[in-house]
Amino acid sequence: MAQAVAAGHDHAHDHTPPFFQRWFNSTNHKDIGTLYLLFAFSAGIVGAFLSFGIRMEMEAPGLQYFSNPQTYNVFVTGHGLIMVFFMVMPALIGGFGNWFVPLMIGAPDMAFPRMNNISFWLTVAGFMSLVCSLFVEGAPGALGAGTGWTVYPPLSTAGHPGPAVDFAIFALHLSGAGSILGAINFITTILNMRAPGMTLHKMPLFAWSMLVTAFLLLLSLPVLAGAITMLLTDRNFGTTFFDPAGGGDPILYQHLFWFFGHPEVYIMILPAFGIVSHIISTFSRKPVFGYLAMAYAMVAIGVVGFVVWAHHMYTVGLTLQTQSYFVFATMVIAVPTGVKIFSWIATMWGGSIRFTAAMHWAVGFVFLFTVGGVTGVILANAAVDRYLHDTYYVVAHFHYVLSLGAVFIIFAGVYYWFPKMTGRIIPEWAGKLHFWLAFVGANVLFFPMHFLGLAGMPRRYADYPEAFAGWHWVATMGGHIFALGMVVFVIGVVLAFRSKERAADNPWGEGATTLEWTLSSPPPFHQYETLPVIVDEPSHAH
Amino acid sequence: MTVSRTQRQTKTRTTALACLGLVVGMTALAFAFVPLYDLFCKATGYDGTPLRGTAASGPASQDRMVVHFDTNVAPGLPWRFQPETPQIEAQLGATQTVFFRVTNTGTAPSTGIATFNLQPGLTGGYFVKVQCFCFNEQTLQPGETMDFPVVFYVEPGIKADSNTRDLTEMTLSYTYFASKNGQPQAALAAPTRTRPN
Repeated sequence: MAQAVAAGHDHAHDHTPPFFQRWFNSTNHKDIGTLYLLFAFSAGIVGAFLSFGIRMEMEAPGLQYFSNPQTYNVFVTGHGLIMVFFMVMPALIGGFGNWFVPLMIGAPDMAFPRMNNISFWLTVAGFMSLVCSLFVEGAPGALGAGTGWTVYPPLSTAGHPGPAVDFAIFALHLSGAGSILGAINFITTILNMRAPGMTLHKMPLFAWSMLVTAFLLLLSLPVLAGAITMLLTDRNFGTTFFDPAGGGDPILYQHLFWFFGHPEVYIMILPAFGIVSHIISTFSRKPVFGYLAMAYAMVAIGVVGFVVWAHHMYTVGLTLQTQSYFVFATMVIAVPTGVKIFSWIATMWGGSIRFTAAMHWAVGFVFLFTVGGVTGVILANAAVDRYLHDTYYVVAHFHYVLSLGAVFIIFAGVYYWFPKMTGRIIPEWAGKLHFWLAFVGANVLFFPMHFLGLAGMPRRYADYPEAFAGWHWVATMGGHIFALGMVVFVIGVVLAFRSKERAADNPWGEGATTLEWTLSSPPPFHQYETLPVIVDEPSHAH
Repeated sequence: MTVSRTQRQTKTRTTALACLGLVVGMTALAFAFVPLYDLFCKATGYDGTPLRGTAASGPASQDRMVVHFDTNVAPGLPWRFQPETPQIEAQLGATQTVFFRVTNTGTAPSTGIATFNLQPGLTGGYFVKVQCFCFNEQTLQPGETMDFPVVFYVEPGIKADSNTRDLTEMTLSYTYFASKNGQPQAALAAPTRTRPN
């Protein structure tokens, strides 16, 4: 990668707008990023509360807390939708993306600052709509949508006559519109506003990851929007897109949904790939190994991610040839993903490694994501999937890549960039204690789910036979440990704001080479009044 | 890298509009997928969609397959619906005719339309319907009973396809729904009418 030789000299006397103007009509990419992060944290609390309901109920067989199992399904649905659309995406894309893409590419702000503000508030409005859906009737006699995050018909049409599903669909429409506008903003910014000398092949990997993510959003979200619009008209206006009574086909919905849904999982993990590259490179004091391969591996993951969707649908009656194709295509994704995993390890190899809190999280991510990736390769086999489909094995798999993958990197990013964003320092011990509690907690929580799935425990049931009780109890205990880690996190943040200690411009030293570390901590309200100029490192030693 | 302000604005606008075009295109594609998928299923028999065709051509094969008949009536339609026989053993390539009896047990005239599907779904491409009541809506007077024929044959090619070679039976399933959009119309399938005494 390249070094910045001349960062802009920023004026110390920033004029920040008054409170309401600054936070409600915000057009500043850093403020919007902060808003996104705060929003993601708040939504994450709600989503975590719902998951706590799930784990409490599953601690023992029988119905303890939910008199109506449909309400349990509503909790599962709410947890999934909130964590995907209102926690992971706002944190990684809206939060870190807004904060650090302009800083890293040497841009003064995003291309369309006002549209950026619209994106954020659309996401908030979507969240409000989803919360509303929890409190109106869905299935007869129960509140909320209990359809799962996939909203498959006919359960979401004939099975939920109440307006809860309509509210959930509007939530996806609103947040989807916000994400599409945000993606247009990122693409325009990255393609047109890089600092002089920063070619695409010198651009930091996090910016690369956001560029690929933005394209995935543009190509996949409209398909989801189309599918749920058809669902909406099927529900309310008598169309029969997915209703066999009028010649429709519910399987069509599954194709449309997963054409969006599979790229969506890469939308959630690619920004994390970008962040982890910077953290590992910083704390190994080495440039990232195989920079170009790392960038194009993300492009490859993005492209292949669009042609593997039916591996979520092995049981709908595909021909053997079709299944063989999707098995093969899915396994191909393991190649670029392997390139990334090995490059992270190679970056650490021979480096002078510092195990800061952020590095703990990053290395933990590499390990856990690999576990999730391996179970993914197992599930990619149509024959194996026939047995494991809709069991806790699948639940374990996607929580390893998302809850332990994406979420670990959200925390890694917080510990890595917190000094830059706030000018304050979270005590290292808090970050490390948080990490160990989360690492142990998450593994105790999700690893036993592999055993449950292999033993035949299906997803989305509030009750189960005695035989599954042991591992479910263990999983719930893991959930408690993970929650304890969150308390440590909050304590760490509170301590950071109470302490008088201030962060240096570059608290991480020579490994931190991207442009944001050339600015003050926190950066000035308007940065790069003189654009930085990027020149090649003469040695080019990577 | 001395790009003027207006040049940069034009470039920015071009990128944003191209992105917007991509979004509009993908949305259009999502909706275009509906008729395309329907067409694809009808053309290939994908997902258990029986093909429509004219009478069987070519020699009948010695192979036989059991075809089961499954009939359902969706809630909201007061009809009774049964095949004359639960299953037949069909010679591959030979045209078969099976009658289905429908009775309106309600007190008002009602219109229904039947949807159909084959299981396993892979057999859809080899099941050819020559004539079927399910191609049209039917209106039954209260108490009226009608016998509808289904004329079909099973393509001998089913034994050449590695996906379906080992199958020995299939199920043709019908579900009658109350007609959603259409006006009541006379059944065009030329059914044999029998009035209950």
